[in-house]
Amino acid sequence: MADPSSTTAPVVRLVGIRKAYNIGTPVEVEVLHGINLDLQRGEFVALTGPSGSGKSTLLNIIGLLDRPTSGQLFITGRETSQLNDTELTKLRGHSIGFVFQAHRLITAFTALENVMMPLLVDNKFPNAAMRARAADLLEQVELTRWKDSLVSNMSGGQQQRVAIARSLAMNPSLILADEPTGNLDSKSADTVIEMMQRVNQTNGTTFLLVTHSKDIAGRCDRTINVVDGQLTTGRI
Amino acid sequence: MNNWAPFEWITALRFLREGRMQTLFIITGVSIGVAVIVFMSALLAGLQANFIKRVLTSSAHIQLVPADEVARPLRGGPGMTVGAIVQRPAQRLRSIDQWQKVRSLLLSWPTITNVSPTVSAAALAVRGSASRSITMTGIDPEVYFRIVKLPDYIIAGQPRVTSDDIIVGLDLARDLGVTLGDKLTVTSANGGSRLLTISGIFDLGNKGANMRSTYVALRTAQALSNLPGGVTSIDLTVEDVYAAETIAKAVNVATGVQADSWIKTNAQFFTAVNAQQTSNTMIRLFVGLSVAFGIASVLVVSVIQRSSDIGILRAMGTSQGQILRIFLLQGGLLGFAGSLIGSATGAGALLYWHSAMRQADGSELFPLVLEPQLFVYAMVLAALTGVAAAAVPALRAAKLDPVVAIRG
Repeated sequence: MADPSSTTAPVVRLVGIRKAYNIGTPVEVEVLHGINLDLQRGEFVALTGPSGSGKSTLLNIIGLLDRPTSGQLFITGRETSQLNDTELTKLRGHSIGFVFQAHRLITAFTALENVMMPLLVDNKFPNAAMRARAADLLEQVELTRWKDSLVSNMSGGQQQRVAIARSLAMNPSLILADEPTGNLDSKSADTVIEMMQRVNQTNGTTFLLVTHSKDIAGRCDRTINVVDGQLTTGRI
Repeated sequence: MNNWAPFEWITALRFLREGRMQTLFIITGVSIGVAVIVFMSALLAGLQANFIKRVLTSSAHIQLVPADEVARPLRGGPGMTVGAIVQRPAQRLRSIDQWQKVRSLLLSWPTITNVSPTVSAAALAVRGSASRSITMTGIDPEVYFRIVKLPDYIIAGQPRVTSDDIIVGLDLARDLGVTLGDKLTVTSANGGSRLLTISGIFDLGNKGANMRSTYVALRTAQALSNLPGGVTSIDLTVEDVYAAETIAKAVNVATGVQADSWIKTNAQFFTAVNAQQTSNTMIRLFVGLSVAFGIASVLVVSVIQRSSDIGILRAMGTSQGQILRIFLLQGGLLGFAGSLIGSATGAGALLYWHSAMRQADGSELFPLVLEPQLFVYAMVLAALTGVAAAAVPALRAAKLDPVVAIRG
């Protein structure tokens, strides 16, 4: 679960983050050019920008899935550049939840088991507590009656709601959502965004949503626009 | 989902269950491989045990015989040879020097189980105008029958040898037209002759042996061979039949008596046994390799298919070690499940083969040898082979870049 001692620090702080690929080769390319960004606790932020602008790279770096070429990244006040893979994995598992465009659920498991998965990976909770937590989260996303269904038998909207419930399992400080409504019809998309906002307001969880939708961006506290690897921010 | 099992076990089992067709095919492949190994190993062990039993129940493991007599060059004085050509002398029937002392010494060796002095000599069995050349073996039945299981081959009468008894083979009895209780005159090469009563008839399953072999009391053979108190050989059995040659050499060193092991006297047979063992090992090795490559290829495909799942698991905080263990476990489980089915199939096939394949007289073609350790060995080996085969795909899975993996 999230470290309560770090509640006063920004949930995410990026200082001079740069990311380059093919370093040292003739085709070296820098996609992020010194990004500075703070995300405070309880913020609901949209990340927008044209394709190829560096949004996904930025999201992967914030999600500790990728390392920046230079710069500093703080997650809940903890500087991450010196952490090894095991420490990064642990911090990611405890502090960050992910929701992807294509829900990315594990089809071998039921809805309840998918939501339990982060708790199971952490291996610190008794079975009953994990089940209760997962059932509670599925209730929050209104999928109680689907809890024992294999996720492959559920609709896209339902699967995305399972993914949201799963991202909340460890009660993370930050949820990164990469175009969470990209594959959904407008009604399902609306439901998913409403649920995220409810979680944001109820739990104070910080959300960073990558979206191409102006409508969804308009429903966020602020929008960060990435253009050619640099940020332009605004509040709508 | 229960947390009786760690996350890795649950995920490995679910992945195998979800890809049930792949799982089914590879388990079938592993099962066939293990079945072949179990069937062949048990069959060859049975045949080998049968061969060795047949060889060793009709002969001693080690036989002590007097050293060959050698001729010395005739010398007229120091450095002066009178007869330069030395012919090998004919080997007359002789007793082992101080054989009682040798027997006492060998009885004290823990590796030696039985010591039986015998007199073996050529003789003629005469019945009326008919005669046949025989090998007369004088024995102490109490000890000798522990080495050569002659009573098992008796088809008429008793395995009894008092001083006037003789036990003969079926074919010799037929040739001479004698049966139980009939008298035979046995004349040795030394001229000694005695009238003996047939107390038993045996069938060794070999016409030559049935024609030539006869058994009399040790004292009778000594008297007929003109070797009073002497023995021409001492037969031994040992605990470990495969150590017979080593023990024979030690006996030779300790006693000075020539000692020939069954390995030396049946060199071709022993070479055949070794060749059989080597070919069995090679077959096991190649079947094991094909099983390993089968498991590895399935898991390599599985890693590719599941790269998205691996990426998600990594994003959720799953460590590289946990991912590694998930795939190693899958390999081990495939190997173990295949070995369970394969062992049962191999045993079933062997039971069927054993019941279906019979000799002309209806007796078993080979003894059924199904040792529990063979199954334990097959299962452990298959599970370990599975884990080893999974190592490369598991490492590949663990090292997947989560960003690339999530993209699928």
